[in-house]
Amino acid sequence: MRIADIITASLLTALGLLVLGEAIRLGFRWGPDGPQSGFFPFWLSLILIGHSVAIIIRAIRRRSEKPFIEREQLRSVLTVAVPAAAMVLITQFFGLYLASALYLAFYVRWVGRHSWFTALALAVCVPVVTFVVFERWFLVPLPKGPVEAWLGY
Amino acid sequence: MGFENIIGGFHVAITPFNLLMAVVGITLGTIIGVLPGLGGANGVAILLPLTFRMPPTSAIILLTSLYWGALFGGAITSVLFNIPGEPWSVATTFDGYPLAKQGKGAQALTAAFTSSFVGALFATLLITFFAPLLADVALHFGPPEFFAIQALTFSSFVGLGGGDPVKSFVSIVLGLILAAVGLDIVTGQLRMTFGMTPLMSGFDFIVAVIGLFGIGEILLSVEEGLKFEGARTKMNLRVVLDTWKIISRYWRTFLRSCVIGFWMGFKPGGATPASFMSYAFAKRASGHPERFGKGELEGVVAPETAAHAAGVAAMLPMITLGIPGSPTAAVMFGGLIIWGLQPGPMLFKEQPDFVWGLIASMYTGNIIGVLMVLAFVPFFAAILRLPFAILTPFIVVICAIGAYAVHNNMIDIWYMIIFGVIGYVFKKLDYPLAPLVLALVLGDFAENALRQSLIMSQGSLLIFFERPIAAVISLVAIFFLTLPAISLWRRKRQVAAAAARARGSIAAIPGPPAGPPTSREA
Repeated sequence: MRIADIITASLLTALGLLVLGEAIRLGFRWGPDGPQSGFFPFWLSLILIGHSVAIIIRAIRRRSEKPFIEREQLRSVLTVAVPAAAMVLITQFFGLYLASALYLAFYVRWVGRHSWFTALALAVCVPVVTFVVFERWFLVPLPKGPVEAWLGY
Repeated sequence: MGFENIIGGFHVAITPFNLLMAVVGITLGTIIGVLPGLGGANGVAILLPLTFRMPPTSAIILLTSLYWGALFGGAITSVLFNIPGEPWSVATTFDGYPLAKQGKGAQALTAAFTSSFVGALFATLLITFFAPLLADVALHFGPPEFFAIQALTFSSFVGLGGGDPVKSFVSIVLGLILAAVGLDIVTGQLRMTFGMTPLMSGFDFIVAVIGLFGIGEILLSVEEGLKFEGARTKMNLRVVLDTWKIISRYWRTFLRSCVIGFWMGFKPGGATPASFMSYAFAKRASGHPERFGKGELEGVVAPETAAHAAGVAAMLPMITLGIPGSPTAAVMFGGLIIWGLQPGPMLFKEQPDFVWGLIASMYTGNIIGVLMVLAFVPFFAAILRLPFAILTPFIVVICAIGAYAVHNNMIDIWYMIIFGVIGYVFKKLDYPLAPLVLALVLGDFAENALRQSLIMSQGSLLIFFERPIAAVISLVAIFFLTLPAISLWRRKRQVAAAAARARGSIAAIPGPPAGPPTSREA
């Protein structure tokens, strides 16, 4: 917990420094017609750096044995996070409908160990219902890929 | 005084289409409130793109009804599953879950729903009377007053939010920084894009809400390996009527909790402390405080009444001042802008149909809501019994659709995943997410108000203390900012005094927890 706290606060400090540099480049003083573009970010970055450093100092002083995450917990988190990221990657190239079908089938079958029937039923029904609700009823277009183009959309 | 306004509002709210919107909203909202990973804020965010083509009044009725539904849904999970859907439902689990385990789940739920309804009704009545007055006052506000109110909004998270004040501060500043990314509308300069084209359009807070609260919450739930083992319940008219007879004896608790809820609730982040305060007061005033925590109906009534009064009261600053008081109100605030309305005091002058339709729909929505949840509790509770491996991918897909549909932009789905990871890490390390979202929404407004004020005063910060209204608000904001330091100092003195007296025990009011494990902020 302590290490994670220090790493997060360090990243925030780095972000603060990045913003500070940008604010100085933009100019943080009084321009010809009021405060310059960097004025607000300049003060924000100073506050962010100050507080993040305070968090780091506090974390270093404190004793904590509790780990940020147990190995077993990390495994369950990754079984959700990795397929979700993979789905987004597939969406990028093949559209959301195909990606969500593959993702649902994979997750329900391999992670949930449900029957093939459940997995395939969900993989077909969810994209079809999504299509009808979004593209047809509410006219909200969703990302499409080669498969939809082949089907004529 | 303005009585014809609310009548006009009812004419808008009870058209068949708008009533249908309320029913749809309540149903979806209750489902969303029950589902892990979906709360009021991201539920509203995901549905927002579907409302782009609706008339604004119907759209806001759909979204507010969704919010009432999510609040009711939170009560179901707290009582039957001991899982507080929202941080302010934590106090409801203290007595709600023991009651459910004793087989009195139906009584506890009836008490919870009825209390929610009473709290919401009380707050709506006050909004009906006070909103126009507050809007009239706010019409005279200039940039310094608005900036002072925004500062007050953020400082109340630091002072009253109940979390770690330093980390609350970091969350706010991070939100404000993310809001500044992209085009600076005053000077036309690009800021913090570092030459990357996708950053030019900045970060949309709706995507942030979906990622932080949706994906982040799912990651948290799987990490805890949540198993939804809930008490079963049967609801029938007999139980409802009997419970009403019992809880009508607690009218004093109702009244007290309503007042606490409204008073805390129209300030940002007030719902959680309101529910705890109300619980503590009810316990102290009770003739038999020892029964609290073991299954006392009054212990369900007090926090639920206050939490809902607070949840409704959070709408007051949004429609009168243009300052959302909670992440859910923030998403609705974003909706108003997308529908082409300007949130703030001018709404009452320019869009009376919209404002009064919205206020009237708070009455109709809550009446429909309480009847629907009482009738369909078993159906809603059954959703949580679906296997987690089916719910999880389904929720992720819905979140991705919601994130994409805001701007039809693929990069937003990536942002959603990134915000999901940030939300997960922040939640584990006690960085509060609600102020981050509010800062992201209000960032541009706050910055503009600050710059305009400084232009008015030619760079002097004294402008926030020279105008009477701004001065009062600024001083309260500064007081809230210093509150954590003051209470730390007082606690140290108390500890020293207690040690000196050796036997003095100071009755502790249960404070809001730093971060309940499965809470969603909405």
